[in-house]
Amino acid sequence: IKEEKQRLRKEKKQQKKNKEKKDEKASHESEKKKNKEEKPVSAAAPASQPPTQPSTQKAVPAPAPVPVPVSETPALADKPAKTKADLKAERRARQEAERASKQAATSKPKAPPNELQPVVKRLPEHVQVDNPGVLKKLAKKLERQQIPLRLDYGYKVSLFSHLHQYSRKAPLTQQLSIPSTVIHPAIVRLGLQYSQGIVAGSNARSVALLHAFKQVIRDYTTPPNEELSRDLVNKLKPYISFLSQCRPLSASMGNAIKYIKKEISNIPSQCKEEEAKRKLLSCIDCYIDEKIILAAKAIAKSSIEKISNGDVILVYGCSSLVNHILCEAFEKNIKFRVIVVDSRPRLEGREALRRLVQRGISCTYVLISAVSYILPEVSKVFLGAHALLANGYVMSRVGTSQIALVAKAFNVPVLVCCETYKFCERVQTDSFVSNELDDPDDLIVTRKGKTQLEHWQDVPSLGLLNLVYDVTPPDFVDLVITDLGMIPCTSVPVVLRVKNVDQ
Amino acid sequence: MELQAVLMAAGGGSRMTDLTYNTPKPMLPVGNKPLMWYPLNLLERVGFEEVIVITTKEVQKMMATDPKMKIDVKMKLDVVCIQEDGDMGTADALRHIQQKIKTDVLVVSCDLITDVALHEVVDLFRAHNATLAMLMSNAHEFTETVPGQKGKKKTAEQRDFVGVDQSGKRLLFMANEADLEDGLSIRKSIMRKHPRMHIKTGLVDAHLYCLKKAVVDFLADNKSISSIRGELVPYLVRKQFSKTTNSPKIKDDAENQNQKTNDSSTNHELLISSRDEPLLQLAQERSCWNDHRGDMSEAYHGGKLRCYVHIIDQGLCCRVNTLAAYIEANRLAPKLFEEPAVHPSAVISERCQMGSDSIIGALCQVADKTSIKRSTLGNSTTVKEKVKVTNSIIMHGVTIEEGCNIQGSVICSNAVIGRGADLKYCLVGNGQRIEPEAERTNEVIVGTDQLMEI
Repeated sequence: IKEEKQRLRKEKKQQKKNKEKKDEKASHESEKKKNKEEKPVSAAAPASQPPTQPSTQKAVPAPAPVPVPVSETPALADKPAKTKADLKAERRARQEAERASKQAATSKPKAPPNELQPVVKRLPEHVQVDNPGVLKKLAKKLERQQIPLRLDYGYKVSLFSHLHQYSRKAPLTQQLSIPSTVIHPAIVRLGLQYSQGIVAGSNARSVALLHAFKQVIRDYTTPPNEELSRDLVNKLKPYISFLSQCRPLSASMGNAIKYIKKEISNIPSQCKEEEAKRKLLSCIDCYIDEKIILAAKAIAKSSIEKISNGDVILVYGCSSLVNHILCEAFEKNIKFRVIVVDSRPRLEGREALRRLVQRGISCTYVLISAVSYILPEVSKVFLGAHALLANGYVMSRVGTSQIALVAKAFNVPVLVCCETYKFCERVQTDSFVSNELDDPDDLIVTRKGKTQLEHWQDVPSLGLLNLVYDVTPPDFVDLVITDLGMIPCTSVPVVLRVKNVDQ
Repeated sequence: MELQAVLMAAGGGSRMTDLTYNTPKPMLPVGNKPLMWYPLNLLERVGFEEVIVITTKEVQKMMATDPKMKIDVKMKLDVVCIQEDGDMGTADALRHIQQKIKTDVLVVSCDLITDVALHEVVDLFRAHNATLAMLMSNAHEFTETVPGQKGKKKTAEQRDFVGVDQSGKRLLFMANEADLEDGLSIRKSIMRKHPRMHIKTGLVDAHLYCLKKAVVDFLADNKSISSIRGELVPYLVRKQFSKTTNSPKIKDDAENQNQKTNDSSTNHELLISSRDEPLLQLAQERSCWNDHRGDMSEAYHGGKLRCYVHIIDQGLCCRVNTLAAYIEANRLAPKLFEEPAVHPSAVISERCQMGSDSIIGALCQVADKTSIKRSTLGNSTTVKEKVKVTNSIIMHGVTIEEGCNIQGSVICSNAVIGRGADLKYCLVGNGQRIEPEAERTNEVIVGTDQLMEI
């Protein structure tokens, strides 16, 4: 029996190798985050190395990822996992053989048959909130991971009813036990900070996430008869669910998580725990250094070339990268002034204003309603980005696309500054499909003692919508400044492809 | 592990000696449950699995025999005994168990009865990485007449001045009236950082504190602090704005050891930073959040020591440290739980009039023609015929003979009330006998041996 299994495994590896050579083009499509999470038994083999695949597949049928390292039957746990993976391998080999024969039999209209590999594209669950089946699946998954389910709040505008809407006054910690045992305390703290907005901004969230993961790794001990490379990834899954319940994950966080999971899976099994942990911690430090700190430096250097004396620069909201660039430019004694545009309800521009004025930069502050008034004065617009999508669209704070549009109308150049780790493979052309709904009560304001919207829930035809992100088409963006250089918006897919080949 | 719970149950109940001279305060029955059961129940409901209980040997013995404690409390109780007569303050007790403390602590006092959502306090502690988070509540006036109090209620004895910032969460200032000689003085540095401060006086401190582990270690080195509430909390609140809080970050504990002798080292010890301080700093820098606006400084004004308070408006939060509070608690505490008012083992005759808000304990015997309204009867109490009990608290093992009329009183354990006695607003001490046909109003009846103790 063992020989048969080995033979089947070899067959499968062979087939995969053949497909890999043909599948370069289709590889970046299949690398969607969802696929990795769901692990569908799809014919299109993902571009990851074959040895890691059976190992991650073994992780899926492994016993429930309860972090308490007490496993009564550790020996048994390993054995059924092995046979299950073998069965899966057999099944896959059989399926592929069948599919290959089918393709040979039927005549496919398109010439290269490999591009037709049906890649199962599944929508992520966080944009399917109005589908009760998906919600049920989510509830089951959370129950398995022992994470409480956060309930949606208030009436959702119908166009956005497929997204989650949470209330800040109902934190997820209400349903957790107080000395949190299921979730590591650093992750609980992080989730709270996300949901209360204490850590906000793409870079800050990623750095805080990696910091928390460092603490998790430090406190981690491999349970007996488990491998660190597999078990640690399983441990991280409920934490990630928890964090995404507190606040939907950002694209940069998603990329950071992918990186960490890859690093953990790549730890050789003979590596000792202490050494493995040290390696992982240094990987994380490296990632932050390279992708965030050094990238910021490189971007600042490129951007400073674009800022000349006498410039009037318009910025929107509080982007850590743009603030960094402006401060660096000021250090280099370039004479410019800044116009900070702000918008409700977040009013993040006030924080940007404070940071710039503290350095000594002369600033003007307007609300977004005055942007067409002030634009004739502006010579350049610098925008930050939350993520850069694969079709060149820029996903950023809501209001950014409006600024880009008006700037285009006034023929003012728009420069978007974005580190490469924020590039994501999603494709989006409108702000409806995938967005984030913030707490609608944030829109309620009290002026002169009167709160008009206080009882908005009682009015049946009234809905409050607090969007967080919007997408700007590449026609409005003149230049994207990344740590790889200054590229036009349409070159983003090239960068992504180059990144994937590197990996 | 995130938090360790510590229950302080060694207090003497110095403000209600009439009740506590025979029964230690943690075991006083409130709604027929021992007082310390309430905070333990709160911790258990929230999800704690172990509690360190600091108490005296006497209480430990009573805990072992009390049925409620044995059956209802499922958590593991680690009982640490300290000397009863020693002048051990709450901070001294914490210092005593410093070896057991491995992580941040949640200190609860045994006389706290509350139904607050504990996560509100702990969330403040977690989200802002605070050094101290505490719970306070708006005080309610006690409406019941307190036995033994002659004349008008005493005026507010020692007010506490609590200063919070605009959001109502950050604790800026805390002082007791006794410590303020000639007026309330507030440092300019506080006013510069927080120009809007709300000063409240009508708050009740619930004695529930979340403290960082570094504070416990700090206590171990500073033996002069003996009470958490009286000394440690005001100290921490003051130190938030001390000039040395902006000292450079400490990278590892070895440096701290060398600086122990230095006076300014007290600050450094409190601010023992985590190993990834630069990362946290980076995240905070990049985050576009600030806790205040209007001035040029960063979030938290760059201060690393932060104290937070959660003030509750509604809901029950009661500290049983005076007789008035004890009576109030007996009235309110049973509403917290859905246990049947009448214990199944009590024998109540049919011709007894019992109000719906009375509580009858186990193995009671209530005879005919009695009327029990708004009262609590302890375990194994015997009430004979024609007795009227209104608005009173009767503890365990009491015998009330026929024809008595008890109103607004507190009768302690094992007392015997002779027939036909008429007690209004009295407090009868432990094991006392009231002679038949006695008529007492507004008196405290205790034994002569108690009177000798000063």
